[in-house]
Amino acid sequence: MSAPVELPKWADVGLIPLINVAAAFVISGLVVIAIGENPFEAVKLLLGGALGDLEGIGFTLYYATSFIFTGLAVAICFQAGLFNIGVEGQAYVAGLGAALACLYLGFLPGYTLAVVAIAAAALFGAAFAAIPGYLQAKRDSHLVITTIMFNYIASAFMGYLLVRVLREPSQMNPETHVFPPGGWVPQLHAILTYFGVKWPVTPLNLSFFLALIASFAVWILIWRTRLGFEIRTVGANPTAAVYGGISPARITMITTLMSGALAGGLAVNVILGEQHRLILEYVGGFGFVGIAVALMGRAHPAGIVLAAILFGMLYQGGAELAFDKPKISRDMIVLIQGLVVLFAGALEHMFRAPLANLLAKFAARPVDAPAVERG
Amino acid sequence: MTDEARDQAPAIELIGIDKRFGSVHANNNVNLRVERGIIHGIVGENGAGKSTLMSILYGFYEADAGEIRVNGAPVRISSSREAISHGIGMVHQHFMLVQTLTVLENVMLGAEGGALLARGADALRAKLAELEREYGLEVDPDAIVGELSVGLQQRVEILKALVRGAEILVLDEPTAVLTPAEADQLFEMLRLLKTQNKTVIFITHKLREIMRLTDRVSVMRRGEMVATFETAKTSPPELADAMVGRKVILRIEKGAAHPGEIALEARNLVVRDDRGVTRVDDVSFTLRRGEIVGIAGVAGNGQSELLEALAGIRVLTSGEILLNGEKPAVELRNPKGMRALSVSHVPEDRHRMGLVMPFQACESAMLGFQDDKVYGGGLLFNRAAIVADQARKMEAFDIRPRAPLLKTANFSGGNQQKIVLAREIERNPHVILVGQPTRGVDIGAIEFIHKRLVALRDAGKAVLLVSVELDEIMALSDRILVVCAGRITGERRPEDTNQQDLGLLMAGVSEHAA
Repeated sequence: MSAPVELPKWADVGLIPLINVAAAFVISGLVVIAIGENPFEAVKLLLGGALGDLEGIGFTLYYATSFIFTGLAVAICFQAGLFNIGVEGQAYVAGLGAALACLYLGFLPGYTLAVVAIAAAALFGAAFAAIPGYLQAKRDSHLVITTIMFNYIASAFMGYLLVRVLREPSQMNPETHVFPPGGWVPQLHAILTYFGVKWPVTPLNLSFFLALIASFAVWILIWRTRLGFEIRTVGANPTAAVYGGISPARITMITTLMSGALAGGLAVNVILGEQHRLILEYVGGFGFVGIAVALMGRAHPAGIVLAAILFGMLYQGGAELAFDKPKISRDMIVLIQGLVVLFAGALEHMFRAPLANLLAKFAARPVDAPAVERG
Repeated sequence: MTDEARDQAPAIELIGIDKRFGSVHANNNVNLRVERGIIHGIVGENGAGKSTLMSILYGFYEADAGEIRVNGAPVRISSSREAISHGIGMVHQHFMLVQTLTVLENVMLGAEGGALLARGADALRAKLAELEREYGLEVDPDAIVGELSVGLQQRVEILKALVRGAEILVLDEPTAVLTPAEADQLFEMLRLLKTQNKTVIFITHKLREIMRLTDRVSVMRRGEMVATFETAKTSPPELADAMVGRKVILRIEKGAAHPGEIALEARNLVVRDDRGVTRVDDVSFTLRRGEIVGIAGVAGNGQSELLEALAGIRVLTSGEILLNGEKPAVELRNPKGMRALSVSHVPEDRHRMGLVMPFQACESAMLGFQDDKVYGGGLLFNRAAIVADQARKMEAFDIRPRAPLLKTANFSGGNQQKIVLAREIERNPHVILVGQPTRGVDIGAIEFIHKRLVALRDAGKAVLLVSVELDEIMALSDRILVVCAGRITGERRPEDTNQQDLGLLMAGVSEHAA
């Protein structure tokens, strides 16, 4: 049977992702056993590293911020039935926008520079997504293929710029010089210290709140506006969309532009929030992890925030784990991610039928308690 | 078991078959006895459980409870391979054929008889020739299936079953895609199979076919087998009542039409499909206020493209469409513009085009009208207004369940169709383009929809009805246009014509008797 099994909503959005993640962890645990370590100890170290103290939490949320942005970028395209693999490249080029604004508009007063730099990041991200978007909308060139190729273009282009054009002549690292402080997105520990609260130094910055606002904005857009309705219609049934007077080409274009702009959020968090300069390959695969986050979050902003925090924990806790257990390298985290993608994405429906059967058995059993409300 | 006892036993016996899908009880303790060597019809509304029952017999699903007996012996069927080994063959509504392979290759598929094809192919060729002699199942084994007519493709499906030794043939809605003449040929073939002591199970929702063809008929309703009749001793009204569980009026009460001004005029329309094939070829007609014009024809003869062109979805290659005598401005020749010009469109295929299945009913009910200020004047939708609007329509059109927030896909076919109708009719359009309004819709809802269409006509609307159901065309239309291969082959008044006459026009015999 090809149609996915119907489940009550609470099981669909709550239980299924949990089961999928649990399956990923169980298999990861087996790998940990295979390399001769204790998986329970590994989990303890991982959780301790991620959430054990304020410093861990700060780093976890800093990573989560990046994942929220890239997850949203992928998810908004999912809603329109598009698969944007190019968040990696779009975020990279967005970093250029942020850097150019900071380097050439340093005369702007106070934090207006940061605001302009954020806008520039979104604009550059969107502009870089515009080309594959246009090719998909007008020429029917598949977005998956073009965005993959555009990731290479971004990498080569940015490498050239950083080595030949933007590098500060006096130094050997392929990176720009440090931005004026007006372009920095304030870090949380600095703000809290100002108000007299003690908080360890972490890269967590106001981008985190920007990410939460973006999540809410995407939710409003998708489920409460005409444009969102049109995006979802194109994603769910392009033929019905045409019938309903919606232009799939126009929606494809608009959605990829918004996706690219959201990818720019990564540059805001990392470049404006932590590094304060543009560095080579700063994206470091976070764009690709966005795909896993969007899959696990089922393309819903609330799910994405939760999935992003989970991936933030894996990143931060995984670093601690690799530090304490040299046998377990950071590749283990990549393995877990891969398994999450496998279970939450490719094998999304694997546990649905057994779960539906199980629930049906419980539902069929006569009980005194009132039946669970469906929907 | 002795051979004699075997011969006495019914071909198929289903005892206490039970099947649930989640909360849906698709088959509830179903019993069915099909005697050998007869044609046994199964009728029921959509969702009555006919297809589920046959899928259980053919091994697609396994029953939660119950027993299947073939020739008296209890069997367990958990795959189509096992079904075939018990002599059960199935002809699906949507053919399971590889369009690019030859007839021989299609029949051989899955029964190649070894890694090298030549030997199996030779044996099969002989077998096909034998079947041709025995049953008159004539078809060129070397023809490419994609180039055959639909009727011949169906014949290939039947051959596939017979070659595999089917003694019991199950046909699921086999006439849906056939012309009346092709259907006649099919019936002839099935009667011939019956004389050879084969058993035929014939699933349909057309009572006329049941009466013409079957020896016995079983009626299903809401997952239960409610009655079995000797066909000779029953009548269509009795069957219809059994299907619905109450009195049904099969005839449509309809007074004389009072056609008014010309609302829509098509002049020399030519429409090509995405591959550049001409699908609508120089079609001209007029549609007046206060009349229903029916377009009859076998599916795939350009009706879909015509309808889509009139609704602004398809671009005209040439020709023009006039509304109230005027040519619409260029910027209005699209779905949105045609809606603005008060032309509404109930598309032929609600799954593919008319609805968005994963959406809530109230969202599907906005499709095409999402810009309407009713749904929120500002930047954001007014959810309360959207839900209230749909709740009102559900009441007016008796859409069940009355749940605006339920997923569209979870409504039955009839109720889905009512969601579309409510959306398209409630805005009081001048011209209504209706495609297959009762496809996959239960009898109760058909009655409702037909009454609505007549009421629209009587309210002075211009209704264009495209349907492959001749009964529907004959019952509703004030004028009938027949299309074949994209051309209009004739125009009739329903009182001056009959099924045979229309059938000939549908087959392209242009103006044979005019």
